[in-house]
Amino acid sequence: MASVEFKNVTKSFGEFKAVADVSFDIGDGEFVCLLGPSGCGKTTSLRMLAGLETPTSGKILIGGEEVTHLHPKDRNIAMVFQDYALYPHMNLADNIAYPLKVRGEPVAQRHGRAKEVADVLKIGHLMDRLPSQISGGQQQRTSLARALVYPAKVYLFDEPLSNLDAKLRLEARGFLNHLQRDMGMTAVYVTHDQAEAMALATRIAVMDQGHIVQFASPIEIYRRPATTFVANFVGNPPMNLVEVEGAQVDGKLVLKAEGLTIAGLAMTDAIGKALTASGKLTLGVRPEHLGIAAAGAVNTITAPLFANENMGPESLVTVDRGDSARVTARIFTDDHLDLSKVVTLGFSAEHVHLFDSAGKRIPALGE
Amino acid sequence: MTTEPIEAKPKKVRNFALLSNRAGAAFLTPAGLLVSVFVIVPFFWVIFVSFTNRTLLGRTALNPEFVGLANYLSLFDPATFFQRGQFGFSLILTTQFVLASALLGQALLGLLLAWLIQTVPPWVKRITETFVIAAWILPEVVIGFAWFAFLDRDQGTLNMLLEGLGLPPGDFLLQQPFWVIVVFNTWRGAAFSMMLFNSAFSSIPPSYFQAADVAGASSWQKFRDIGLPLIRGHIVTDLILITMWTFNTFTPFLLTNGGPSYRTELVSIYNYRVAFQDFQFGKGAAVGVIMMLINLAFALIYLSIGRKKRR
Amino acid sequence: MKLTIPAFVGRIAFSALAALIGAIFALPLLWFLFAPFNARAELGLALPDPWTLNNFVTVFGNSYAVQALWNSFIQAVGGVILVGAAATLAAYALSRSSIPGKGAVTYILLLFSSVVSGSAAMVPIFLIVSAAGLMDTHLAVILTFAGGLLPTAMFILRDFIDSIPKSYEESAMVAGASPVQAFFDVALPVIRPGIVVVVVWGFVNIWGSFLIPFILLRSDSNMPASVAIYSFYSEAGTPIVTLLAAYSLIYSLPVIVLYLFVSWKFGFRFFGGIKA
Repeated sequence: MASVEFKNVTKSFGEFKAVADVSFDIGDGEFVCLLGPSGCGKTTSLRMLAGLETPTSGKILIGGEEVTHLHPKDRNIAMVFQDYALYPHMNLADNIAYPLKVRGEPVAQRHGRAKEVADVLKIGHLMDRLPSQISGGQQQRTSLARALVYPAKVYLFDEPLSNLDAKLRLEARGFLNHLQRDMGMTAVYVTHDQAEAMALATRIAVMDQGHIVQFASPIEIYRRPATTFVANFVGNPPMNLVEVEGAQVDGKLVLKAEGLTIAGLAMTDAIGKALTASGKLTLGVRPEHLGIAAAGAVNTITAPLFANENMGPESLVTVDRGDSARVTARIFTDDHLDLSKVVTLGFSAEHVHLFDSAGKRIPALGE
Repeated sequence: MTTEPIEAKPKKVRNFALLSNRAGAAFLTPAGLLVSVFVIVPFFWVIFVSFTNRTLLGRTALNPEFVGLANYLSLFDPATFFQRGQFGFSLILTTQFVLASALLGQALLGLLLAWLIQTVPPWVKRITETFVIAAWILPEVVIGFAWFAFLDRDQGTLNMLLEGLGLPPGDFLLQQPFWVIVVFNTWRGAAFSMMLFNSAFSSIPPSYFQAADVAGASSWQKFRDIGLPLIRGHIVTDLILITMWTFNTFTPFLLTNGGPSYRTELVSIYNYRVAFQDFQFGKGAAVGVIMMLINLAFALIYLSIGRKKRR
Repeated sequence: MKLTIPAFVGRIAFSALAALIGAIFALPLLWFLFAPFNARAELGLALPDPWTLNNFVTVFGNSYAVQALWNSFIQAVGGVILVGAAATLAAYALSRSSIPGKGAVTYILLLFSSVVSGSAAMVPIFLIVSAAGLMDTHLAVILTFAGGLLPTAMFILRDFIDSIPKSYEESAMVAGASPVQAFFDVALPVIRPGIVVVVVWGFVNIWGSFLIPFILLRSDSNMPASVAIYSFYSEAGTPIVTLLAAYSLIYSLPVIVLYLFVSWKFGFRFFGGIKA
């Protein structure tokens, strides 16, 4: 196992900068998820770490040694591909043992080792099958086995679960989490699924348009998203964002928006600075921090009901503030909610996030 | 003096690719050599030879003289241009042959067949397809021989059939040689158009036709309003390809030898006669150059359409 | 599904028309199906009476006929080995390397291959072969076909390789394989179906060809079966047609078998311009 370091790494394809001046450190034994929408540069970053793309500029280090221009075969890494890349003409045993074959291990030894790993992954009984003769979930585990069969410095995952159906994906995710606890491997894991990143990562790097927007633990990213982009990307359903007019009246913070009542927000220097730059702020509240409140109460959003979806243990209640500005509340009840035409959703002041007009988080008191 | 320990240092990769530029160049070399010598060199050599009086035998076989445009002038000599056995006659004959057998015969028959076999029972489809494709895949010499027997004046299957139907038999190879090679080439090549259109039709989602069925469209309306517009690109591709192939085909030679009295002498056959029976390489080369120019025009059209499609 | 009466009549009419066209296509080949088994030699269509395999025995007893088949085989196999190997390497390079200008190379090759046809370039091909001192040799036919078929073979294969995910070789390299290992262990086996198609296509083309061997070969001992059959039926004197029919059938068999093999193995897929 080893650490990983990116130093001012840029990758351009012609005019387009897929990765723009990215720097980060990954400690030994860390499981880091690169999270972001498609085209954000996460896969390109991973492929540069694997050696499958060469950076336009910058340095990449594995275990303190520079590998920027090393061929993939000389990096001693392991990688699980999105399409699994199982060789259709080799049976499972030969597929899993292939990395040992190119390392010159004798047949008996490499097949023994392959069987051990396959047994752990519950595919040991399929060793004579071809990849086309096993299920999607088994294929996924085969590709995982091929990555785990030899000791690598870093394990790379390129959306390894995205080709599985929802149920298998949950199962595989749990297994990966277990594996990480067991092995303590250094891993870099690319995904666009925020739930996957939250569940697996020790730290998450949220990427957007070639930049890392926030690099922090899952809890930190959930509790204190650095930008509206992160706030909107992490959480399901995503955080509700409401454009508000802000002003300072008699040393107190006053926020105004259609249907919104709010009080008890402390005025801080940071908020003051944001207000002098622009009177417009963005207020964020997560759906799970909203509840049904009495009409006329303080710290509420009131608007016509748009949808009322009962999902079993919880209900999603959505109100429409006009111009498709919708606010969703996630209410934990297995009862059907009987709602009137206009609904008031309430929250407590401590769950309010504020972002400046550029979308940057304004630190709350004590942050 | 101390020597540095020699370390097996991995080579640096400037820009990673699955195959390095050096290896890629090595991989391309054998094909590049073969194609250069047998495709690209002939292209330029034929232009060079067409300006000489090179022959197969005799003095000018070894020391051909530069004759300028003489070969071209003799090909386009207005006094003889349209006479049988001359270049102009051959060129016009070939144009008619391409129009009748490729653009009308092969393309229309192929389109009809492709549409028919979409709807007929599988066994009818299977049998029809088998014979149409057999006409296309069997070696050209065998096909030439089969038609030779088929059209035989005294015993051939065709005259036997005509007599059976109470129609007068004929010696078609003598009486109607042009129409024989037109029918022959249509028969020989319809399979390509059929398969191209067939694959085009089957790439149209069935739901398009089912929606038309629900709306009450007839088979003809479905063909005209849905099938045809959606395979327009394939039709253009097909027409250009079969035009080029028919223009260059040498197969009718195996049935008629270009005769009788030059009446089926397509430019490819004319080229062969001038070069390898009259042994006038210079003049044959000039014919080759003109054929290539015509090919080039079609190829450029084809490639520009292909490029647009890819974008 | 219930059919209305007009729709039903329409279906029958469609089937009848398709069957009629099929029959017309079959007619010129019918004689060819029966004659090889007929003891009496005639060009007329007749059920063999009596059925016999003697014609085949006679053909295989004729050393000239057997030699011609063997020549066809040598030329087709030789050509196909060259085309298969060179096209695989070149197509792999066009698909996987980032050599500058490979797009232009592809375009120029495509252009030349469709412009330089056998019937337009017969004079310079004859002159090149004769300048190289290869006139009347198998090698002349093999090399000419290798050059002529290569561009198309390269495009078929390049498209095939382009459709194969790069992650096969990438995963091999990440796992520690050198580019050479990745090519032979992973890429080549995965490309194999495409190579088979190209090889079959090339074989059928060379095996069935007439013009090129007709102008490049002189002696009987080098003639392929195509030229032999042509000289049998075109030259003066009444040919023994049943023998020739039997010989033509033997000569056609590899083409038929390969066609059936490809449609069985790969399903019937449409290979654009599978014939040159």
